Amino acid sequence: MGEILTMVAKEIRDGFRNRWVVMITLVMALLALTLSLLGSAPMGVTSISPLAVTVVSLSSLSIFFIPLIALLLAYDSIVGEYERGTLTLLLVYPIKRSQIIIGKFLGHLILLSIAIIIGYGFAGIAIAMSSEFGFAKQDWLSFGKLLFSSIFLGAIFLSVGYVISSWVKDRSTAAAIAIGVWLVFVLLYDMGLLAILAADTEQMIGSEVVTWVMLFNPTDSYRMLNLTSSAETASLSGMSGLSQDNKISDLSLLLVMGFWVALPLGLATSIFNRRQL
Amino acid sequence: MQNEVTISLDRISKRFGENIAVNDVTFTMVQGECLALVGHNGAGKSTLIKMLLGLVKPSEGDIELMGADSQSSNFVEIRKQIGFLPEQILFQNNMTGFETLSFYSKLKNARQSDILALFERVDLLAAAHQRIATYSKGMRQRLGLAQALIGQPKFLILDEPTTGLDPLSRQRVYAIINEVKNAGATVLISSHALTELDERIDRVAIMNKGALAAIGDVDQLRSSIGLTSMIKLTANHEEMAKIIHHFRHDMVKFEGKQDRLSLRCPIEEKPLLLKKIFELNVNILNIEIVDPSLEQVFMRYTNDVNTVGVEEL
Repeated sequence: MGEILTMVAKEIRDGFRNRWVVMITLVMALLALTLSLLGSAPMGVTSISPLAVTVVSLSSLSIFFIPLIALLLAYDSIVGEYERGTLTLLLVYPIKRSQIIIGKFLGHLILLSIAIIIGYGFAGIAIAMSSEFGFAKQDWLSFGKLLFSSIFLGAIFLSVGYVISSWVKDRSTAAAIAIGVWLVFVLLYDMGLLAILAADTEQMIGSEVVTWVMLFNPTDSYRMLNLTSSAETASLSGMSGLSQDNKISDLSLLLVMGFWVALPLGLATSIFNRRQL
Repeated sequence: MQNEVTISLDRISKRFGENIAVNDVTFTMVQGECLALVGHNGAGKSTLIKMLLGLVKPSEGDIELMGADSQSSNFVEIRKQIGFLPEQILFQNNMTGFETLSFYSKLKNARQSDILALFERVDLLAAAHQRIATYSKGMRQRLGLAQALIGQPKFLILDEPTTGLDPLSRQRVYAIINEVKNAGATVLISSHALTELDERIDRVAIMNKGALAAIGDVDQLRSSIGLTSMIKLTANHEEMAKIIHHFRHDMVKFEGKQDRLSLRCPIEEKPLLLKKIFELNVNILNIEIVDPSLEQVFMRYTNDVNTVGVEEL
């Protein structure tokens, strides 16, 4: 346990020292604020809570942005140390390779959480303060759910990033694969699904199948978790159709996302264990 | 506790595809021993060290360090007893020297209070709280050595420990190695700096093309391959004539201007030849004895390994 904590502490210090945290927090806050303020402008004064708008804008932002920064943070973690030559020395020390992966994962997750909570939190507070209605207790709960699931989404792509990082032999390949993974999960998967559904004029594919296929993409789990959580957000995000058919509970979605963290992390450890230097 | 076997390699081979990096290497090291591992670039030294450290799995054979198999799961515990200085020591530039050693020290569960003493030992105390980015190559190398000494390891593996160091720092490194050895640790040095090592090691292992060409005491290796010693005499002109007359069969070279004569003899016959010279009762102004260097031994073993074969001495 001590070894893991030592690793966590080092990753956090590294994150602060190379100003990674500050940069990402700033970018997050700026994007969140811009999106939220712009998003609420066309609404004018309506009965729709500014929260619903904020949650929809922020989760759309998160789907693109969080997997990308998580992958950027993770792709380098093992292969980067290998290329810089610091990995050999680390592995000579009495620390198990699984402890290195877990330590790095926890450290990176804490860094990501700090960026998300401060970045989005700042935007949330700004909107609550500028809104005539303010945030009700229910609103804060939904906002909390957004923060939590965004961190969860980050955790998934960190894990996937470690698989890449412990597998390939050089950083540039790792970066290319990371971008590829991002493209597939964030853009191509849903576009492909959409294309198939559009071609399926006979409606052979039922909504259940679609839901199941979406479960294989963690960004879709995240989308379902946040965008269908209330009638308001669902209608705003254009997910109301899915929301009505969607019989998957939040718990099941979280479970699926949990698998998406645990499986790649286990796979990364197993690959790393077999890696020869 | 002396003479307890700390490291044993039993018929170790490592193949990377078609390429045989290490071929059937067997040797043991006892506690408190200092062994030099020498060989050309690509002779298999680094791969052998990586296998010793459990980083690379041997294709064949077993390696035991302090009672544990290098591929077993309990080898993690054994790592607390190992100090390692890699050939190219690399640290994270944005950390200070102290933070770096503190991190490694925590991984080894060693006392944090000992860190500054380590800096002092490698003469780096003044730079302890500077970022490594500001360190010179020599300073990094010394920080690497300090890193290897964390937690008083029982087995120290040093890969090219004096590369990039000035003569004074080199002396210091060897002094530290000696201290560690005297405290009972086993030391393995891989090096190209053969002239430096000569007097500082107990045994030498010569690797050539992945195989162990020779292992043993340096002096024994020297004489076993028929290398000769050189005795250089300086004497007055008349005296010299007498010497040359007596030793014309051993003569290699005579430099008339300096009145200097070089005689050659097998290493073990050196005392006999000296005795004969003194028995002549001539006035010798200067006498110099040159034994074959470790470098010559090395060249001999690596150039025609096939005729020499593996010798265990």
